[in-house]
Amino acid sequence: MTNIESADQAKQDSSYREVLTELLYQLADDDFIVSFRGSEWLGLAPHIEEDVSFSSITQNTMGHAVLYYQLLEELGEGEADVLAHERPPEKRRNAIYLEKQNGDGSYLDEPYYDWALTVIRQYLYETFKKVKLEALTKSSYVPLADAAQKVLMEQTYHLAHWKTWVRQLQDSTEEAKTRLQSRLKEAWGEFLDVLELGPKANDMEKHQLIVAESVLQKKWLEEIKETLAVIPAEPLQKNKGSGRNTEHTQDLTQALVTLSEVYDQDKNAVW
Amino acid sequence: MYNFVEHGGKVTENTANEDPILYEQFMARIEAGEKIEADDWMPEEYRQTLIKLISMHGISEIMGALPEKEWTPKAPTLKRKLGIMAKVQDEMGHGQLLLRVSEDLLKPYGKQREDLMQDLLKGDLKFHNVFHMATKTWADAGVVGWLVDGAAIISQTNMLDASYGPYQRALQRICAEEVFHAQHGEAIIMALAEGTEEQRNMLQDAVNRWWPALLMFFGPGSASTTGSSKQEVTTKYKIRKSSNEELRQAFLDKYLPRVFSLGLSVPDDTLYYNEGEKRWVYQQPDWNEFKQIIGNNGPRSKERLRLREIAYENNRWVRQALAPYPAYS
Repeated sequence: MTNIESADQAKQDSSYREVLTELLYQLADDDFIVSFRGSEWLGLAPHIEEDVSFSSITQNTMGHAVLYYQLLEELGEGEADVLAHERPPEKRRNAIYLEKQNGDGSYLDEPYYDWALTVIRQYLYETFKKVKLEALTKSSYVPLADAAQKVLMEQTYHLAHWKTWVRQLQDSTEEAKTRLQSRLKEAWGEFLDVLELGPKANDMEKHQLIVAESVLQKKWLEEIKETLAVIPAEPLQKNKGSGRNTEHTQDLTQALVTLSEVYDQDKNAVW
Repeated sequence: MYNFVEHGGKVTENTANEDPILYEQFMARIEAGEKIEADDWMPEEYRQTLIKLISMHGISEIMGALPEKEWTPKAPTLKRKLGIMAKVQDEMGHGQLLLRVSEDLLKPYGKQREDLMQDLLKGDLKFHNVFHMATKTWADAGVVGWLVDGAAIISQTNMLDASYGPYQRALQRICAEEVFHAQHGEAIIMALAEGTEEQRNMLQDAVNRWWPALLMFFGPGSASTTGSSKQEVTTKYKIRKSSNEELRQAFLDKYLPRVFSLGLSVPDDTLYYNEGEKRWVYQQPDWNEFKQIIGNNGPRSKERLRLREIAYENNRWVRQALAPYPAYS
C-alpha cells in the first residue's frame, strides 16, 4: 500500500484511521505511564548521578508520549492534554505491567521503592521500545515514521543506560542477583501484555502500520538474551490481564488520580 | 545560593596558625583576581569556609528538588509536566556538580560523598531554609521557580567572580540554568495570575506563605541577629561581593514591582520604599524561627530528611553491589 502522508489523508479512510489511533494510544499511554512512574522516583534513586540520568530519561519519555498524543490530536481524537489527563482507566491502552507501583508506600510518604523492579522493567520495556520504534520507522503513516526516527535518537541512550544497570547488578553480589531474578520472574508472568498490539494487531499489520507481533517478539527475545544472564524457562504470560484490551489495576487508578489532581481542580482553566 | 554559614568564628583566631608568608602570597593572589584551584595551597579557614558553603549549596540543590518533586507528577498540563521535570533534573545536576567540588576540598581530611550524606542525615550538614517549607498547592511550585530561584540568581551572581576556580566555574553554568527556571516559574505564575479567581487566590495564598522564608533566604543582616554569620569571611576571601542585606534589597528591588504589577500583595503592612536612603523598609522575619528551621525543625524538615533516609537505607544493596569489592557489608 502507499504511504499516508498526513492526518487529513488518514482521516479519509475510516478503517485505517481507527487502527492507527489504536496503535498510537498504545504508544502514548505506555510512555506516559512509564514516565509517570519514573517521576515518582526523583530524589530517591540509589545515588545522585542516577537521579540526574533517570530524571533526564523520564523527561524524554514524557516528551515521547506528548509526540504521540499530538498525533492523536491531529487525527481528531481531542486535545493532547485532555487525552493525557481525562481518559478513565477503561479507555487506557498501556500494558498493566507498566502501571505497577514502584514499591510500597507513596512517592510522598515512606516510599520503599524497589530498584530491582525498576531496572528490570525499564530494561525490558526499553528493549521492546527500540524494536518497536525500528519497525515504526517503516510505518505507512509517515508522521509516525518520522516521530519514531526522532524518538530513536534519544531512546538509544536510554536503553544503553538500563543495559548497563542490568549488566552491573547481575554481575555483582548474591543479593543483587537474587533481587533481579525475582523481579525478572515476576515480569515473565506479566510482560506478554507489553509485547502485544491488542485486538487490532492483524489490521495494524495489514495496513503496514507496524510488523506482526510475532516478528517484534522474536526480535525482542533475541535482544534480551544477549544481555540477561538467565532467562526464565516458562513461557511469557499476561497473568494480570491485558492493558491493550483496556483491562487495568488499582495501580493505574492511583496514578491517574495523582497525575490529574491539579488538572481536575478546574478542567477549563488555563494552567 | 546561600550566604549563611554556621559556626562562624573570629577571623583572627582561625588564621593564627597559618604560615604568614604563604598566607600573604595567597591573599596577594586573590587580591590580584587570580583563581585558586583545588591543589593550590590555601588557608585552613578558606578551605573550611568553602566546604561549608559549597556542601550546603550542593545538598540544598538536592534537598531542593524534593519540595518541587511533590508537584512534578501532578503538574497540570503536558507542557508543565515537561517543564518541571526538566527543572528538577537541572537541580539534581547542580547538586551533583557542587558535591564534586566539595569532595575535592574534603580530600585532605579523607572525607567523601558518603560522609556528606551521613552528615546530612545526622543533621550536621544543613540545607537551605526555603527547602524546609511545605508546598501546599500547585501555586507553590510556581512561587518556588519564580521567587526562590529568582532569589538564588541574585545570591549566586554575587559569587560569579568567586576566588575559588572550581566553584566559580560551576556557578557560571548553574546561573545560566537558573534563569530558565525563573522563567519557568514566571510562566506558571502568569497563568495563575491571569486565570480564574480561584487560581488567583491560590497564588496570593502561596506568596503570603512564602514571604517570610524569602526574606530569610539571604540570611541575617549581621552576626548580631543570629549569633553567627560568615559573610565577613566570605567577603574577605573574595568569594562574594555584596552583603546579605544588599542582596535582599536587590531582590526586593527586582521582584516587588513585579509582584505588585500582577495585582498581588505581600503580607507586610509596614513595607515601604525609603526614597532618601534608596532602600526598602520591611518587617524583619522571625530570626529565631529561621534558626529553628535550618536546625531541621522547620515545617517539613523531618519529612524531607526521612525521604532521603529511606532512599539511603533502601538502596544500600545497590551501593554494595556497585562497590569495587562487592563482598563488603
